[in-house]
Amino acid sequence: MPGKLKVKIVAGRHLPVMDRASDLTDAFVEVKFGNTTFKTDVYHKSLNPQWNSEWFKFEVDDEDLQDEPLQITVLDHDTYSANDAIGKVYIDIDPLLYSEAATVISGWFPIYDTIHGIRGEINVVVKVDLFNDLNRFRQSSCGVKFFCTTSIPKCYRAVIIHGFVEELVVNEDPEYQWIDRIRTPRASNEARQRLISLMSGELQRKIGLKVLEMRGNAVVGYLQCFDLEGESGLVVRAIGTACTLDKLSSTAAFLPACNSPSKEMKEIPFNEDPNPNTHSSGPSTPLKNQTYSFSPSKSYSRQSSSSDTDLSLTPKTAPYPQGPRIFLCPSSPSLSSGSPHLKKSCLFSESSLIPHHSSHVSPVLRKSVSFSEELLLAASGMGSGSAGKEGGPFKALLRQQTQSALEQRGGSPHRFCRSREFPFFTLTAFPPGFLVHVGGVVSARSVKLLDRIHNPAFVGIMGNTRSYKLLDWNSFNSDEPETRDAWWAEIRQEIKSHAKALGCHAVVGYSESTSICEEVCILSASGTAAVLNPRFLQDGTVEGCLEQRLEENLPAGCGFCHIPYDELNMPFPAHLTYCYSCRKQKVPDVLFTTIDLPADATVIGKGCLIQARLCRLKKKAQAEANATAISNLLPFMEYEVHTQLMNKLKLKGMNALFGLRIQITVGENMLMGLASATGVYLTALPTPGGIQIAGKTPNDGSYEQHISHMQKKINDTIAKNKELYEINPPEIPEEIIGSPIPEPRQRSRLLRSQSESSDEVIELDLSHGKKDAFVLEIDDTDAMEDVHSLLTDVPPPSGFYSCNTEIMPGINNWTSEIQMFTSVRVSRLSNINLTNQTLNKNFNDLCENLLKSLYFKLRSMIPCCLCHVNFTVSLPEDELIQVTVTAVAITFDKHQAVQTTKTQVEKSSQRASIDNEELLQFPLELCTDTLASHPFSSAKAMPVEKASPLTEGHFRQRSAPACANSTVGVVKMTPLSFIPGAKITKYLGIINMFFIRETTSLREEGGVSGFLHAFIAEVFAMVRAHVAALGGNAVVSYIMKQCVFMENPNKNQAQCLINVSGDAVIFVRESELEIISTQQPIASCQPACSGGEIAT
Amino acid sequence: MTNELDIFVGNTTLIDEDVYRLWLDGYSVSDAVGLRVRSGILEQTGATAGVLQSDTMDHYRTFHMLERLLHTPPKLLHQLVFQIPPSRQALLIERYYAFDEAFVREVLGKKLSKGTKKDLDNISAKTGVTLKSCRRQFDNFKRVFKVVEEMRGSLAGNIQQHFLLSDRLARDYAAVVFFANNRFETGKKKLQYLTFGDLAFCAELMIQNWTPGAVADSQLDDMDVDLDKEFLQDLKELKVLVADKDLLDLHKSLVCTALRGKLSVFAEMEANFKNLSRGLVNIASKLTHTKDVRDLFVDLVEKFIEPCRSDRWPLNDVRLFLNQYSASVHSLDGFRHQTLWDRYMVTLRSCLLRMYHD
Repeated sequence: MPGKLKVKIVAGRHLPVMDRASDLTDAFVEVKFGNTTFKTDVYHKSLNPQWNSEWFKFEVDDEDLQDEPLQITVLDHDTYSANDAIGKVYIDIDPLLYSEAATVISGWFPIYDTIHGIRGEINVVVKVDLFNDLNRFRQSSCGVKFFCTTSIPKCYRAVIIHGFVEELVVNEDPEYQWIDRIRTPRASNEARQRLISLMSGELQRKIGLKVLEMRGNAVVGYLQCFDLEGESGLVVRAIGTACTLDKLSSTAAFLPACNSPSKEMKEIPFNEDPNPNTHSSGPSTPLKNQTYSFSPSKSYSRQSSSSDTDLSLTPKTAPYPQGPRIFLCPSSPSLSSGSPHLKKSCLFSESSLIPHHSSHVSPVLRKSVSFSEELLLAASGMGSGSAGKEGGPFKALLRQQTQSALEQRGGSPHRFCRSREFPFFTLTAFPPGFLVHVGGVVSARSVKLLDRIHNPAFVGIMGNTRSYKLLDWNSFNSDEPETRDAWWAEIRQEIKSHAKALGCHAVVGYSESTSICEEVCILSASGTAAVLNPRFLQDGTVEGCLEQRLEENLPAGCGFCHIPYDELNMPFPAHLTYCYSCRKQKVPDVLFTTIDLPADATVIGKGCLIQARLCRLKKKAQAEANATAISNLLPFMEYEVHTQLMNKLKLKGMNALFGLRIQITVGENMLMGLASATGVYLTALPTPGGIQIAGKTPNDGSYEQHISHMQKKINDTIAKNKELYEINPPEIPEEIIGSPIPEPRQRSRLLRSQSESSDEVIELDLSHGKKDAFVLEIDDTDAMEDVHSLLTDVPPPSGFYSCNTEIMPGINNWTSEIQMFTSVRVSRLSNINLTNQTLNKNFNDLCENLLKSLYFKLRSMIPCCLCHVNFTVSLPEDELIQVTVTAVAITFDKHQAVQTTKTQVEKSSQRASIDNEELLQFPLELCTDTLASHPFSSAKAMPVEKASPLTEGHFRQRSAPACANSTVGVVKMTPLSFIPGAKITKYLGIINMFFIRETTSLREEGGVSGFLHAFIAEVFAMVRAHVAALGGNAVVSYIMKQCVFMENPNKNQAQCLINVSGDAVIFVRESELEIISTQQPIASCQPACSGGEIAT
Repeated sequence: MTNELDIFVGNTTLIDEDVYRLWLDGYSVSDAVGLRVRSGILEQTGATAGVLQSDTMDHYRTFHMLERLLHTPPKLLHQLVFQIPPSRQALLIERYYAFDEAFVREVLGKKLSKGTKKDLDNISAKTGVTLKSCRRQFDNFKRVFKVVEEMRGSLAGNIQQHFLLSDRLARDYAAVVFFANNRFETGKKKLQYLTFGDLAFCAELMIQNWTPGAVADSQLDDMDVDLDKEFLQDLKELKVLVADKDLLDLHKSLVCTALRGKLSVFAEMEANFKNLSRGLVNIASKLTHTKDVRDLFVDLVEKFIEPCRSDRWPLNDVRLFLNQYSASVHSLDGFRHQTLWDRYMVTLRSCLLRMYHD
């Protein structure tokens, strides 16, 4: 009996009138957990009852604590008839199960009814007593922390990043059970909500168990999704990255070192502050040395052997980056800094790929492990040594690892053993130095028939050039029964092999999604193939804390752009040049990735949101025929999406995409593709060539004229965009760069391979022979449309920027004003004469108009940036397209930047003590004069939070009135992992909520818009209430994972399902922090400025 | 391709003040879009009409959802569904309860009943305020009236507490409630020149001085909404001032002596003194009748303001006269009701001075 759950019902308010005669309510409350139910007394005749109940105590297994939600039902007592339900509150008590999170849940919760929405509020207090003396990790995984955030959470330090964890749970959907025919919609909705709550609890527990098995203590980048498969059931699946995290001490947390990215970014290149509190690299944290997992040994041996088996085809000597790897976390993400800590000369060897590509990654993250001979010893002794230390439950694992260590030593350097099945990371931002090379985007899709097995599988690979691999699905033996698990395993396997083909051993920024229509389901997975850093280990030991000094000598971060694959044996055609930054390594002409822009990357100008939108009509078909039709369409869609992205990128004058997310949605009679990414100009990559238009009938004069007109328009647009996004790369004389690598020939290609493993590819050369310009051939109306659509994308109005990554490259001086929003549009297509063109145009307009609307609505926030713009498309019915957008608008200060630098320098010079500021000063000064040519790096030097007291006061004035005197605490919500101008001091637990709302009086509720508007507002309210009850004041990494809307206007009915998640946190305004930490210097130096501010 | 559904929900509820005003003014969405287009917003922002339409719809929907809460403003503060900064909440409430001068003049003193509500279309036609806006304003009056009608304590204070209005607006509402409760006639043609401000000023003074709440020791029945019945009863005693000829003559001579040479309209004053005094005192003595209470303002205008105005008294002379007129009573030895007189005249004098304009 390992836990006691205690619940107290305090009061209610704003209850609905349940008794028409008296206009009052006789309310009481049922508290249910598992199979136990308690009731409060009836509080007669009040809309604001004060129950003030005793503590209701539930004695339960911790397994149940994890799985079950606490269910609170408010009812109206009725003497003669059945009691009427007013509504319910489900409380996930998981945050109370680990010590570092919340200790009590207490607050006002909206009482929710699936038919009526929110009906008043109830004040509840929940506590949990866990009995720690029992072996509590047997069935349950209490204690494992979950984070939705896709980077190492602030105020934590990654000790080890273990790798990929996944799980899925399947159940029958209550909506489709026979009983649904006789029960009320409310009962059915509640059954569904409860079931999903249970399933996600179970899923989380199971994932937690896996993490414990891996000896981690946390899951980062946890993404849980529901597949509503209809008749065939309900799938809840989740992926994440298992980590061992260390909480930074509270003093450390208050140091500026660990901060919002805006600051972090700024600090990274300069922060040499070897702060003993946070900087625990190397020997200073002996703890880590005890707990590591063994896989590093493998890669160590690989390392050691790399010299004698020199497979590198490049002249560079150096450790071999392929094969099993060790990944290390240098130290806390917050303080360790920037660019890969590697000396280029020895490090970036091009691997000769294919032969070694069977490598699996051991995604073990470790810090400060020596890579010298000692480690070899450690490796050999590892198994037994650690077995002694670790407890029994891990025997199996140990055995496996010992075995692997042995195998390692005995085997050839190119053999490897799996420590983890998939070297995937759901993270999109990494501790500095973690990411060595980025190969490109890898993605795989597969079309499945629900409730039957298998079907055509399509898998595509997308590198950073226009290339595809179409894998023949006949090669899959499709007659054996498959489970959902197997489906995903298959896709993941594909992703892994694609990564290998790109010379990469890992996939970062990994995500999975599904699109379901009737019985057809498209499973998709994508990520970015990457090489993670093994070398860092060595540097870490050798240089110890000084490692950060090293990078000062290195050119600004360009390492991740260098190709990880062998240039002579490229997996796809690409145009390589020497890196424009270091001029030593090869880089591709464009780079596509699914991750955030690494903090150390240098970019020119600002970034922008780039979207490719595409529709394809499809004949209505049944089952297999349908699946086949879809599989046949998929490669063409991927190709076109890719081409569109490439064109738009060129048109913007940019050369890299980050945060790429391609969503393919299947509907009854069409497929839709929507790709969103953030385009940037990476200094390391070559300047993109223009777009050239070529006509097919060159002798026709008017046609020619038309073409040249178009060409001019395109050129103008490119020029305009360059100006708009401040892209003005320095001119580099050609000879410095050197002659381009042979093979600049192909520009666009389609690769097809007939079988999964086949290396021979049939190349369809779609290039047009031009070398530097990207050629668009307009030979028919289709192509015309394409060109037109290129030009119809309007840039955001001035003062607006948008991106779908966490932060906007080129903007750092965020102010604290944020506005998270969700916007939903459903459009009906006129069903006459639908063609691909009109469809495309409609879809394009829909998205463009939606963006325009957003810009208009948020115009009061200018200058501002829409960050983390997340589009999802669904096709709820034949002629309906639903687009849902969630993003956050953050204001920034255009002018503050320069000022801040100045005051910053002044201020820090005023400080007598040698603190961070002192150290920062020098690079800051360096930066001020390079403002023009390196806006990005200079922007880094302008930390919002380090502004002069004056600006701090300004912030406060802006934000304080919002918080002051409010009866309801303000809870911020953001899809980002940070809050600008503030520091997250505590993570309180994951928020994962699922709601159903249904109405049978659609018109009365304001039609579909009124209905959904109210529902989304209610969902926000419930999220905020839960966060506030946990003691938090913000949700970070918030995401609306599902918004399924169904309507039946004829019946005056509608139903909507929404699933949201995020991390509940406590944040502290940096202005407040600053005052705490700098009070003394300010008081002594600037009494006039600071006095007033502190008083407010 | 038409948008079937088009919504925008912010974590912080977006409030566009301009659209809010249009909504409060009762414009339909299409009218509001038209007005916004004319305001030149499209040129300023480069938006399209479609964007504007969608934005306006969205705001209207939000306001519609907020309206329920605005009916009981404390709920707006405690509710969890819309996260609105306090300053914005205050703005929402204040604007929602604000009313049009033209409208309030039509309704002031009328019974806030269904009958009046049915007349709103006439009022709308007459004032140019949209019917929708008239309804909102009327309902606001009625709602506030119902809540504070039976309440003890300061009328304006109660309104402020229950509707979270600014001090100014709460006092205006107190006037509206006071007028509605006492059904003062304000609609007569000869009263049309009076602004709401004039009447609210008078109401405030009356609430301060003429209600049971005005007397410090009447804790038992601290009501601000009704006039003090006892006081009205006592006012009959003032009749002696005009009924007793000697007293009246003495009063006149005192006033004339004091004002001789100070008034530009001395002769007219001297000639009219008895009429004016009779008028003012008679108004007081008749206030026991509900009918006469209702006609208070009509009487004040007919019996005092119009005669003065027809003789072209300057405002300053009116002031001097009224000051002297009320002060001289203290020198009348035979008159015992000095406190009563002051309670009556202090208020009346201020009201008359305020009302004395064209």
